[in-house]
Amino acid sequence: MKNQVGREIPDELLKQYGKKVFSGSFVRSEDTYQKTGPCVHNYIDPTQSKMVSSIHEALVKCKIHDGMVLSFHHHFRDGDKIVNMVMEEVAKMGVKDITICASSLGSAHDPVAKLIEDGVVTGIQTSGVRGKIGEAISHGKLKNPAIIRSHGGRVRAIEEGDVHIDIAFIGAPTSDEYGNARGVGGKSDCGVLSYAMVDAKYADRVVVVTDCMVPFPNYPASISMTDVDYVCKVDCIGDPNKIVSNAVRMTKDVRELNMAHYCTQLIAESPYFKDGFSFQTGAGGASLAVNTMLRPIMEEKNIHMSFAIGGITKPICDLLEAGLVRNIVDAQDFDLGSIESLKNDANHYEISTSAYANPMNKGAFVNRLDFVILGALEVDVNFNVNVVTGSNGVLRGAPGGHPDTAAGSKCSIMVAPLIRGRIPTVCDQVVTVVTPGEDVDIVVTDYGIAINPRRQDLIEAYKDSNLPFCTIEELRDKAYAIVGTPEQVQFKDKVVGILEARDGSILDVIREVKPFEFKD
Amino acid sequence: MRNPNLKRLRRTMMFLNCQKPNLIKDPYIYKPDSIMLDLEDAVAENQKDAARYSLYHALKEIDYHGVERVVRINGLATPHWQEDVRVCVAGGADVIRISKTETAEDVHRVEAAVEAAEKEFEVPVGRTLLMAALESAKGVMNAYEICNSSERLFGIALSGGDYSKDLQTVITGTGVEFAGARQSMIVAARAAGKQCFDTVFTNLDDMEGFAKEVLMIKQMGFDGKSIINPRQIETVHRIFTPSEKEIIFAEKVVREIDEKRAKGIGVFTVDGKMIDIAFYDGSKRTLSLAKAAGVYEGEL
Amino acid sequence: MDIKKSAIAGTLESSDAQVTVEPGNGKIDFSLDSTVIHQFGNQIRATVLETLKRLGVSNVKITVVDRGALDCTLKARVECAVFRANDQTENLPWGGAIK
Repeated sequence: MKNQVGREIPDELLKQYGKKVFSGSFVRSEDTYQKTGPCVHNYIDPTQSKMVSSIHEALVKCKIHDGMVLSFHHHFRDGDKIVNMVMEEVAKMGVKDITICASSLGSAHDPVAKLIEDGVVTGIQTSGVRGKIGEAISHGKLKNPAIIRSHGGRVRAIEEGDVHIDIAFIGAPTSDEYGNARGVGGKSDCGVLSYAMVDAKYADRVVVVTDCMVPFPNYPASISMTDVDYVCKVDCIGDPNKIVSNAVRMTKDVRELNMAHYCTQLIAESPYFKDGFSFQTGAGGASLAVNTMLRPIMEEKNIHMSFAIGGITKPICDLLEAGLVRNIVDAQDFDLGSIESLKNDANHYEISTSAYANPMNKGAFVNRLDFVILGALEVDVNFNVNVVTGSNGVLRGAPGGHPDTAAGSKCSIMVAPLIRGRIPTVCDQVVTVVTPGEDVDIVVTDYGIAINPRRQDLIEAYKDSNLPFCTIEELRDKAYAIVGTPEQVQFKDKVVGILEARDGSILDVIREVKPFEFKD
Repeated sequence: MRNPNLKRLRRTMMFLNCQKPNLIKDPYIYKPDSIMLDLEDAVAENQKDAARYSLYHALKEIDYHGVERVVRINGLATPHWQEDVRVCVAGGADVIRISKTETAEDVHRVEAAVEAAEKEFEVPVGRTLLMAALESAKGVMNAYEICNSSERLFGIALSGGDYSKDLQTVITGTGVEFAGARQSMIVAARAAGKQCFDTVFTNLDDMEGFAKEVLMIKQMGFDGKSIINPRQIETVHRIFTPSEKEIIFAEKVVREIDEKRAKGIGVFTVDGKMIDIAFYDGSKRTLSLAKAAGVYEGEL
Repeated sequence: MDIKKSAIAGTLESSDAQVTVEPGNGKIDFSLDSTVIHQFGNQIRATVLETLKRLGVSNVKITVVDRGALDCTLKARVECAVFRANDQTENLPWGGAIK
């Protein structure tokens, strides 16, 4: 069956997963649902200890067996050691058929690819895949199709019971022996534990894994003892150098700076740029540069940001310190500066991923966003965006909060160079739809800016602007004139991944890659 | 016919290695006035041939959106320059930049080769312009004769690296080592009615020092500067953009001169300032700089 | 033109292509490795074969390792490799066989 973004979704897949095809970002606005809940093992006996001496003991106590769902968070990014530590032990114990439900997986988790081949891991549900796991999935090695969800979509799926977590392993920089865990302190400081909050609330068993025990009570706690079954002290949970950067570097690339300049002007000339506006930033080159470029305009016009949100870096914290930003709501930290700000600034708050982006709770921060600046691997002439499959068709990216912020914000801006190597960013059809075109408002490239015709209000608002506007088709034509008209990536029929929309419907599928064959 | 491009605006001339496909595919996005596709120093000795094929197809197939395409050819003491000239002319380069020019005779040799190539490839004779890079004390001493050596030659450029070596000094960052060359060259160029371009500024992280140098060469009378990175373009163009006051004055001068000339009046006043025909070219140039910078949309 | 000896041109940098020509065994033996093979594999092959035809090369083993080169770069690398295989660097047929 074809869905609203023109993607053919196999009927048997819809039947098997009990899913609907995507039919618009807000079609569930009248829906109600019953939240699911965990099976709780209580600690009524005050003499009971939560401490376990090893991952092995934790797994035994949680009664690990074939077919279980284990969850992980990715606040340690490429420095994470928890996933491999746990999965290695699971494999050693001879357990099979495990589903990993992670907030994201990266190249730090390459060893999991081998476990996929061995049948230890047969399911993956995540908001991002890179490295060898992505390759294994795209080459059809994973038994069940991987399910890719946005950050908000993952929280929704857990709360609605689409996925039930048997054991959540929560790596925490610090914990006390009763399981109060925090993202700050210790050797592997990551700032916040936002992604893990939903896991703690909905998993049957919750194991906090830390390399730094602190005296009780470790407060204010990101993960509460009320949800934690066991605490496991290990030698090392992560590589601090890969968890956060010392300092994110401001780009010096003129192309990127020009695009950042366009974004800044778009924001400054928009009807939403007034005192109290809100902004989601990220660690991408253009997005960071916009932060810096906005500052003098905000100062000149005496405009303050009500809140900044997202992956936090020092440049936005500097605006907080300068009083230009009133609040930072933080779901992830990318550098040491942002962690320092979180620790020291009373207006810098840790939030849960549900509060950040869950589409089906009673209101998330993304709904209060004015502007978001996002990257894109590809954008098609219908404004659909791909951020997960590369030009060779292999899974290698992360929706993260992309679909959430695009849908929630008043003005979503995609930034990307028009051409990468020989691949045109703006094209007839993206390989995989990750964010539907209806949620994408403006596309900024080095060759010009296109506004989604759905947003006639924005087109009207910018009618006197000097910015280089053109249509999305013109951008595509410019790209094709330089690189030629690309052919579509060739795939086999087998579905290896499901791209879920925020609301749980199916936005697209990812198929097994096929070696290229010449036409003849 | 006089080539209409002799006097075009050339504030920025950006060096690009011909051997790097990634660099030459869309430099127009940065909006320099000219790009300088380099066959000389940037290209390793064993890749001189490879760079020519890349150059040929780039010139033929890439739409540079009106950015002037200058090619720096190898020096006359090398075995490469004749084939360089052939490929430039065949590909339709706008300008050939002669490196290490020391005498008018050097220009004549290249000019003869260019003319032969224009005939060989059926390019209108006179289409390919020339500019000369002066890289030695001798070249600078001969600046005036070089400027006057050819109808095709629109200007001269200082090439600071080799020049400082020839003076037996180093690039200090203060500009003291270039003081004489800059002064001699701009005087020679203006005396001959030609353009004059300054050397590159290599410290990309010292944008303040760069801006200072650009302001100085602008005040000295230079037409523009060679640059090595797109980061430098905005600074040059900003500094070369006339102020509103300058534009209004230039507009008045041009109008008044046009009008008074028709009436046979030679000297008059604008805003209380004595004006004569000598102001005309400068005012025209101010207006074209303003137009290029997008701050003037008048018809003059 | 004949391919008198093996020759190589180009690099493995982004937007470039490395082309190797070797004496063939009576036909054109073409092989391609490309980062954009799905999108442009057919087009790259057509460009390379057309370029060889223009140069009059019909007996060659040609290997292209492409890193997203545009057609203009592909042509330049093929021509360079072929002329290198003939040791010719001067009086090249610009606008003729090189087009």
